[in-house]
Amino acid sequence: MLEGLFAFLFQFGDAFAFLVLSASGLAIIFGMMGVINLAHGEFIMCGAYVTVTAAHAGLPLPLAIACGSLAAGIIGIALERAIINRLFDRPLDTIVATWGISLIATQGTLILLGSTMPGVGTPLGSFEMGSYSFSEYRVVLMVIAVAMMGGLYLLFHRTRYGILARATIQVPHMASALGVNTKVMHSLTFGLGAALAGLAGGLYAPTMTLVPTMGTAFIVESFVTVVVGGADVFLGTAPAAVVLAFIKAGMTSLYGQLFGLIGLLLTVIVVIRIMPRGLSGWLLRGRE
Amino acid sequence: MNVMTHLGTTTRALLAAGVAGIALASTAALAQDGEPIRIGILEDQSGEFAAATIQKVHGAQLAAAEINEAGGILGRPIELVIYDPQSDNRRYQELMRRILQRDQVDVVFAGFSSASREAVRPIVNQFDALYFYTNQYEGGVCDANVVATGAVPEQQFSTLVPWMMEQYGPRVYTIAADYNFGQISAEWVRQLVEENGGEMVGEEFIPLGVSQFSQTIQNIQEADPDVLMTLLVGTAQASFYEQAASANLGIPMGSSVNVAQGYEHRRFDPPALSGMHVTANYIEEVDTPASRDFVERWRAMFPDEVYINQPGQNSYVGIYLYATAVEMAGSTDMAAVREAIQTGDVCVDAPEGRVCIDPASQHASHTIYLVEVGEDHSITIPQVWENIEPYWLGEAGCDLTLDEDPDAQYTPSNPPPAR
Repeated sequence: MLEGLFAFLFQFGDAFAFLVLSASGLAIIFGMMGVINLAHGEFIMCGAYVTVTAAHAGLPLPLAIACGSLAAGIIGIALERAIINRLFDRPLDTIVATWGISLIATQGTLILLGSTMPGVGTPLGSFEMGSYSFSEYRVVLMVIAVAMMGGLYLLFHRTRYGILARATIQVPHMASALGVNTKVMHSLTFGLGAALAGLAGGLYAPTMTLVPTMGTAFIVESFVTVVVGGADVFLGTAPAAVVLAFIKAGMTSLYGQLFGLIGLLLTVIVVIRIMPRGLSGWLLRGRE
Repeated sequence: MNVMTHLGTTTRALLAAGVAGIALASTAALAQDGEPIRIGILEDQSGEFAAATIQKVHGAQLAAAEINEAGGILGRPIELVIYDPQSDNRRYQELMRRILQRDQVDVVFAGFSSASREAVRPIVNQFDALYFYTNQYEGGVCDANVVATGAVPEQQFSTLVPWMMEQYGPRVYTIAADYNFGQISAEWVRQLVEENGGEMVGEEFIPLGVSQFSQTIQNIQEADPDVLMTLLVGTAQASFYEQAASANLGIPMGSSVNVAQGYEHRRFDPPALSGMHVTANYIEEVDTPASRDFVERWRAMFPDEVYINQPGQNSYVGIYLYATAVEMAGSTDMAAVREAIQTGDVCVDAPEGRVCIDPASQHASHTIYLVEVGEDHSITIPQVWENIEPYWLGEAGCDLTLDEDPDAQYTPSNPPPAR
């Protein structure tokens, strides 16, 4: 009984970590900034590739993951400067632009680096619980997911950058009139979103097959989480991930992977129907 | 997503149509004598399956280069018409129409996944063209237009499943990709386990593209099988092995698709694939003079090839089988080529060993290697079965030498109608 409960909690935590880590970058870029970023998966892929390359070059894995995240962030800032900043008021055009970026990134990686890349292997070992055994690295991922949510909350609510960034996104002309360099804020925030995507790639790189199209494995879950969560990164993404992880883990353990996916998609449909502005819109109702 | 994919398809279709137009104009200008034999190659060079299928293009190129150097087929050179269907079934259908209609190829080699094969087969039938499907698959296609030269379940599972059960125990769990290949292969496993007095303790079908397997691993641990059959397809699903190893699953695994196609033992860090057993008709590590020579020639032409896999070898052998049949027929006409096949003498000394086409089902005989992956991902081959015939379709009642063409795919639970 206890063993079964732990097993379910582990699966719930595992699904939660995957949803939070893969969605937080998108929550900033899409949820906050309103850029429908179809290249989100490619930022993740970039983070994973840089991480593995750095690890092969001899860096310890945590440092390599930091490199992956940083690389994705820098590329994010560069793309924002070159392309995205012209499209802030045109959300539909961002779809086309970011989709183009995503195609260039996957095909470019395929041409330059080939169809696949050797992995690095999952660090840490496994532990046993009754008749089950679990990967320790998965527990690390859960801890990082929770820590990241906390860190982002502090960043956006307790630092000068966070307040300026939120001001820039909510009322750009007012922020600008008060002397905030909104261009820099946009670039930094977009870069932060890209870096978080890169971090997700780096963290999951040891557990996955490295191919140019690996970003697609994250894209459905991340969009589902952000759409269910709504515009607020913390009051949206975190509760959305809790709800979705519960549904996914439950359905998968009862009926298999296919029903886990069906459960996710059904939840989106129901949530959008009842709460058009997502969970955070509902939680914050009447505040605006 | 669908709208966008479609948009891309249209643009690319327009572009490729332009290219095809130019190609058509240039062939028309050629003289009739010594006109090249045009072989269409639709194999994925990008997308989900590319890691395992780029070698199919290279295999065809190597075979064509060798045959051309030796004077061609019937004195005519081979010209390859190559497109990239990008692991996308709709693109397969567009390109199949183009290659048969506009490019007028004499034969077409196409497809990795069974979904792509079933997507193009109606088009092949509509144009009454000759189609070589060189991939291993779940078996059962009885179609006069199709020559299926890859290994089938009676070659891969009738050998592997009893061997695994004898070695490790009778309780079997299957996880399989959720489409025709996985479903029908799982049916074969189920039947063989029953026939050999074993017990199925679990079965799960997993949608293509799924990459997170924590729960699946836990379900397997709960059932505690002796043998785990993994019929997973594509790079996303291949993540299972890494995740199973890090959760210390430690159950002997059997498969008809891994290692030989996706060379996971090279791509993943040990011990992810440790304990994997695969029945393959070729892998690069096969240590025979013919295989070593083949690897050398391949690397001379493609020095950067990561791994020469079974699909690559099959594609190479497929071109030679076609060349042999055309030489015997004296023409590229489909009826004549099929008549040559029906003599039962269309055989090739392939890198794997001798391969012959069975007249009744138009499938190929194979040498099957039982490949075992060690703790450090080293390869051993504890057993070899030579010259296994693709007998099931013929025994079940598919006979393409008679003047009938069912254009169907049969399975053990859906055999050909009794005569």
